[in-house]
Amino acid sequence: MSILVNRDTKVIVQGFTGKEGTFHASQCIDYGTKIVGGVTPGKGGQEHLGQPVFNTVKEAVETTGATVSMIFVPPAFVADAVMEAADAGVELAVIITEGAPVKDMMYAKAYATKKGMSTIGPNCPGVITAEECKIGIMPGFIFKKGPVGLISKSGTLTYEASNQVVKEGLGITTAVGIGGDPIIGLSYKQLLPMFEADPETEAIVMIGEIGGDLEIQAAEFIKEHISKPVVAFIAGQTAPKGKRMGHAGAIISGGSGTAAEKMAALEAAGVRVVVSPADIGKAVKEVMGK
Amino acid sequence: MNIHEYQAKEIFRQYNVPVPGGQVAFSPDEAVEAARNLGGKLWVVKAQIHAGGRGLGGGVKLAKSLDEVRELADQILGMTLVTHQTGPEGKVVHKVYIEEGADIAKEYYLGMLLDRAAEMPVMMASTEGGMEIEKVAEETPEKIVKVNIDPAIGFQGFHGRQLAFGLGLAKEEIGPFIKFAKALYDVYMDKDAEMIEINPLIKTGDGKFLALDAKMGFDDNALGRHPDILEMRDLTEEEPTEVEAKEHGLSYIKLDGNVGCMVNGAGLAMATMDIIKHEGGEPANFLDVGGGANPETVAKGFEIILKDPNVKAIFVNIFGGIVRCDRVANGILEATKITDVNVPVVVRLDGTNATEAAEILNNAGIKNIIAAEDLADGAKKAVEAAK
Repeated sequence: MSILVNRDTKVIVQGFTGKEGTFHASQCIDYGTKIVGGVTPGKGGQEHLGQPVFNTVKEAVETTGATVSMIFVPPAFVADAVMEAADAGVELAVIITEGAPVKDMMYAKAYATKKGMSTIGPNCPGVITAEECKIGIMPGFIFKKGPVGLISKSGTLTYEASNQVVKEGLGITTAVGIGGDPIIGLSYKQLLPMFEADPETEAIVMIGEIGGDLEIQAAEFIKEHISKPVVAFIAGQTAPKGKRMGHAGAIISGGSGTAAEKMAALEAAGVRVVVSPADIGKAVKEVMGK
Repeated sequence: MNIHEYQAKEIFRQYNVPVPGGQVAFSPDEAVEAARNLGGKLWVVKAQIHAGGRGLGGGVKLAKSLDEVRELADQILGMTLVTHQTGPEGKVVHKVYIEEGADIAKEYYLGMLLDRAAEMPVMMASTEGGMEIEKVAEETPEKIVKVNIDPAIGFQGFHGRQLAFGLGLAKEEIGPFIKFAKALYDVYMDKDAEMIEINPLIKTGDGKFLALDAKMGFDDNALGRHPDILEMRDLTEEEPTEVEAKEHGLSYIKLDGNVGCMVNGAGLAMATMDIIKHEGGEPANFLDVGGGANPETVAKGFEIILKDPNVKAIFVNIFGGIVRCDRVANGILEATKITDVNVPVVVRLDGTNATEAAEILNNAGIKNIIAAEDLADGAKKAVEAAK
């Protein structure tokens, strides 16, 4: 078991024939992901990476039966692509593109929600179910199969955390990179219950950062609804106020969204919070009693 | 991206958000000329810098004659203004805004930004005009009225009424206020603003609402579709090394410590700063080399980090995903050729092609490169090397 995606998940790629889309789609195919086609308006009817290209998402979904779309289109077209996917009945859109305007995401997410489509990202590494299905840009070899679910706002910290978990002799069920933009799709609060319900997941790692209050919401949710052990790390304990730390959403504004307040809230919810990012793996092993 | 008050007011005028008459000036002569054009008998000379608290710092002064306008402009232009938002080093004033004096009956606060939890904009108003809104929120939160505005329906009358009644406005003031707020919403949405703050918003003696101050910031990701806003960028207001880094696809922020950091990914870059602190050191910077790290960007990264004379050691922490470690290793070699890397460099490379990278560095035999096994080991060695 796993969450969101597995070896049978059928995936299409929006922005299939572009440079990024091509490179990462072929990496996903190598990993074992069932990429069943892609969309590039104007290139319908062609074949790319051994799969059919369609002009519209509607056509792609109707023909291939895909339920997930991986989105690589340039930032200015992200909202359009997300809304097209939602309109075509896609169940989950994984938005890799970095740099989409906030206003666009506001409209796109509202429409996706209305149509019952979940989103991950934007500006994220994607989602991976270890040794089954990779939808995104993460290096697959780091994610060995095991009992730990992973949710993270940061790409490279996801790799770091997975690497540490694997070094402890454990591994990953599914890892979800949720992204660090001000408006994102699925977040801790929606993903935590999925891991709680997944019989293969025995512990959960959540990696957060400064800015916003998603981690605080997560803490409140964990207190009430999560029985599995959770380990958390919050990046940006030393970040200055009012400075945007790389991610569009990683900013302490008006004194709120600090690492300290998030760490305190998570600790109060019974989460094992590590101060050093080098201690994630060890802490997971400890909370699992292994 | 942030802009100056005078620029924000130009945008306000385009959208019929009422503002007092005013004109920007770069010299005392221009200031007098501006005041003459505006007419009247009372002017305000306002320093234009990207920071709040200008009044308290002595950057906003009242002039009762043209001679006084000249005198004050002369005084303010070129001064280093220190406010609670500039940091102790302050900011040099390069331009002043000459504004006609206003008849203030009452001061309010009106602001707009993204409510991340609600995933839609929120408009906030308060009767505590002129005060810092963060302070009001902390001390007297009941004095702030907030309404979320769903872009699917846009700004409706009820949004305006909630704010107006929340502020306790008189019956005849409600119409003009709603008109003002609606225009502000249009500015916010049309221009992809990230935040707008009017503090104070004033009610004049004859019952009109005017934006006496104006602060605007924009979503950097949306600037591509706003060439007019992009033109308003004032590079003198930005940290020169941060601007230079951005031009090379790097994200850099200077801090006060002595351990330089070069990392791929924003989250890992923050985590690297944190672990340096955890190991007893102080990070000198945040630096994300991004997903496209290559020998040139890495070399540039070294150059930028080493511009800071406080840096006594550099910690290169790369977890290769898309970024291949061998390319970073080559970048480090390249950098030692281009730039004089005269401090110890602790290198931790893990992930894609890490073994090849280790070989490249070992074979190069550069004396001030210290290899680290993992994150903790690297942080410890970097902190030690900086001592």
